[in-house]
Amino acid sequence: MTTATTGTTTAKGSVGTAHTRVEGRDKVTGAARYAGEIPFAELAYGWLALSTVARGRIRSMDTAPVLGMPGVLTVLHHQNAPRVDSDYVGMLGVPPDPTAAVFQHDRVPHVGWPVALVVAETSEQAREAAEALVVHYEEEPHDVAFSGEHPDAYPLDAHMPAVTEKGELEPELAASAVVIDAEYTTPEEHHNPMEPHAATALWDGGRLEVVDSNQGTMWVADELAKLLSLDPASVRVRSEHVGGGFGSKGVRAHQVAAVMAATVLQRPVRVVMTRRQMFALAGYRSPTTQRIRLGADTDGRLRALDHRSLSLTSTVHEFIEPSAGVGRVMYDADAHHTANRLVRLDVPTPTWMRAPGEAPGSFALEAALDELAEKCGIDPIELRVRNEPERGPVSGLPFSSRELLTCFREGARRFGWADRDPRPGLRREGRWLLGTGTAAASFPAGAMPSTAAMTAEADGTFTVRINASDIGTGARTALTLIAADALQVAPDRVQVRIGDSDFGPAMIAGGSMGTRSWAWAVTAAADELRQRLALSAGLPPEGITVRSDTSEAIGALAQKERHSFGAQFAEVAVDPAIGEVRVRRMLGIFAAGRIVNPLTARNQFVGGMTWGISMALHEEAVRDQATGGHYGADLAGYHVATHADVPLIEADWVDDPDPDDPVGIKGIGEIGIVGAAAAIANAVWHATGVRHRSLPIRPDRVLAAGGEAVTGAPDA
Amino acid sequence: MAPAPSSTFSAITLNINGEKHTLSVDHRTTLLDALRERLDLTGTKKGCDQGQCGACTVLLDGRRAVACLQLAVAAEGREITTIEGMAESDQLHPVQQAFLDLDGYQCGYCTPGQICSAVAVIEEHAAGWPSAVTDDVRPEAGPPPLTADEIRERMSGNLCRCGAYVSIVQAVARAAAAEAETTETAEAAA
Repeated sequence: MTTATTGTTTAKGSVGTAHTRVEGRDKVTGAARYAGEIPFAELAYGWLALSTVARGRIRSMDTAPVLGMPGVLTVLHHQNAPRVDSDYVGMLGVPPDPTAAVFQHDRVPHVGWPVALVVAETSEQAREAAEALVVHYEEEPHDVAFSGEHPDAYPLDAHMPAVTEKGELEPELAASAVVIDAEYTTPEEHHNPMEPHAATALWDGGRLEVVDSNQGTMWVADELAKLLSLDPASVRVRSEHVGGGFGSKGVRAHQVAAVMAATVLQRPVRVVMTRRQMFALAGYRSPTTQRIRLGADTDGRLRALDHRSLSLTSTVHEFIEPSAGVGRVMYDADAHHTANRLVRLDVPTPTWMRAPGEAPGSFALEAALDELAEKCGIDPIELRVRNEPERGPVSGLPFSSRELLTCFREGARRFGWADRDPRPGLRREGRWLLGTGTAAASFPAGAMPSTAAMTAEADGTFTVRINASDIGTGARTALTLIAADALQVAPDRVQVRIGDSDFGPAMIAGGSMGTRSWAWAVTAAADELRQRLALSAGLPPEGITVRSDTSEAIGALAQKERHSFGAQFAEVAVDPAIGEVRVRRMLGIFAAGRIVNPLTARNQFVGGMTWGISMALHEEAVRDQATGGHYGADLAGYHVATHADVPLIEADWVDDPDPDDPVGIKGIGEIGIVGAAAAIANAVWHATGVRHRSLPIRPDRVLAAGGEAVTGAPDA
Repeated sequence: MAPAPSSTFSAITLNINGEKHTLSVDHRTTLLDALRERLDLTGTKKGCDQGQCGACTVLLDGRRAVACLQLAVAAEGREITTIEGMAESDQLHPVQQAFLDLDGYQCGYCTPGQICSAVAVIEEHAAGWPSAVTDDVRPEAGPPPLTADEIRERMSGNLCRCGAYVSIVQAVARAAAAEAETTETAEAAA
């Protein structure tokens, strides 16, 4: 028996101080193994074959020649694949995207629809055979044209109502001294995590094992069990290291195809998406068309706010990008109307992508605010001060905390905003026109029920088992610090194990809610463990294990407007002769709850702001109307910001602990991107005098607008 | 599985991190797949498999190369260094240590490629190679100061989707400064 102690080597205070990642050494030495890197004996390789037409039916498939190719083990398709059941509601409260329920029928709803899986002894053989597979289609006319005028658009409620309405919009607009009425567009954007989606499936002792790269193993295990009509206890999904997710790593075609092949062949099968396949199968952010109308008095106070957003989805699954939701939190007006509408086209299904709704929505709304500030002759920060609501503009609920203006004040001081001449197009430095811009940011702060197990080991260490997912957020390290503080021990006595569905239900890495939800469960387990240890005389050899479940505590939270807030600042240089836009510096100040690990938190905020640069200037997937597919579906055709695009970005925070969270956490994963693109677009206006209302702000758009700035027609 | 040499397979010997590995490979096998799928050296990452992301960067005879655009059969006779060969037993390479200390990553998937690139960048710079942002490219001008802009330009073949560029650049700068100091100390001692 070992004496049980927690308090004697007190090291209270791990939370809030910088710690390098606990798995950092594995990541810098290449020892960290990701999903496609775990070796298995007798591993077979599956390669997905995707449709080349945008709409129609599979008439026939020439499988015989492919089955005769060297090393080929099987070809799975709609006529021979195991049947699955996709008529259910999953852990996240939504039905599955049928794109993952592969090979169930002959219909083709978009380019890149999975039509077959070729499995072979080596990846070279599987790839050659999949590329040699001839599929005959009966083609039908397709529609992939997205525009704000689409006649079939309809409102869709999702995790928020499609439409909110307060007050009489038209009379308030008519009575407004200043009116902004503008359309903003954002393009189709793709997550492109550096690690492609990868899964290895095998049956082991009557259990289905899936080694996967995902944002929640319980989520994926639950969906696989439902799809395949298996006992949930007989499915285990592991996902130890995840090479980025950003919303794209849930249940997808590759896992289901791998499971089918492993079942048919009774050997381990690995399926990895190619980068090109990810553009069709990994989800993406829908393009948006957003119309914003703002009406204000001459002092800038809003009388009317109207935000209408249109996004698209596939014909097989409804997913809406709720861009008009951001105004329901940010600004009040006597007449306040917001609406999210959707149109179904012959395209792949979009999904959550870092700050779904807020990212494109904040671009439009925060750019419109900047236009209003200009028109009213008011500083953009002062305009926001004058429109700061006391309660939720639509809900009427109080805010749990709202330190937006604190962020603006601190940001303005550090950025040097007070010296800014608001007039556009005045600052020149050689070939460059210089400008600065700002925008507000917000993202919901929430927590979802989770469970955790915590063991006081006989050797004096502690083991936490929680089905968390570290997709690069630093969650594993954050939870180590939180557990250490809750147990009042040094972090090196705590080992946190994550990414295994056998650890029980827990929130996914999503919605900026992961770390907060898991930390709550870890804290609850630690509290109970300390009580147990205080009562026990010593530790049995197997240690003492307690379990926590936060369902009740989270269910008891009072209804409030709970959000993180932030203020974004950017300085840009624009060369009007060649259309080049360079971001010279950025500063983000955030009020986002208690910061657990300043080292990784800063990195994550800055990462979000880097996404903002990428969104503002680079990212755009372009769909060819004739074929229904993409031009350049790869990282050469789809530009994401690289080293040379990203200047020194500073991120910092103000004190804003969440009063209702045991650790004070709010969540920081997504807010960094919110408002960032607007701050850059607003800075481009300040540099050039041209409003760019369509992202990305490409060189050709800057060039096309170049002459207009001089003549004073500020539109692009 | 190691099929016998044929018109589509060959037996080759690869010199990786100072160790010789003999294996039979499909002629189509890339160096990247040979490392990952045949030799269990999975530290080298596959991000795009078409030379656009830099995740599979390794050193071939000391120079940067993307392993996905290199056939394994063509890498015979070359000195191949992967992320697994960067540390001296337990002692991390200064670039690895700087990435760890300054949080020069998030998900970690681009990290081995970033680190291999950074090691080569520091050497390329020390050897006087100019970049697209170097002001004075005359050979007699010598190496330009390794500014943040120089690092950014030289590292731009390595994408990091998490957006950890700011801390990666800081890590490369710290490692480069540490190496320059070590060189100076060594020169002074000599």
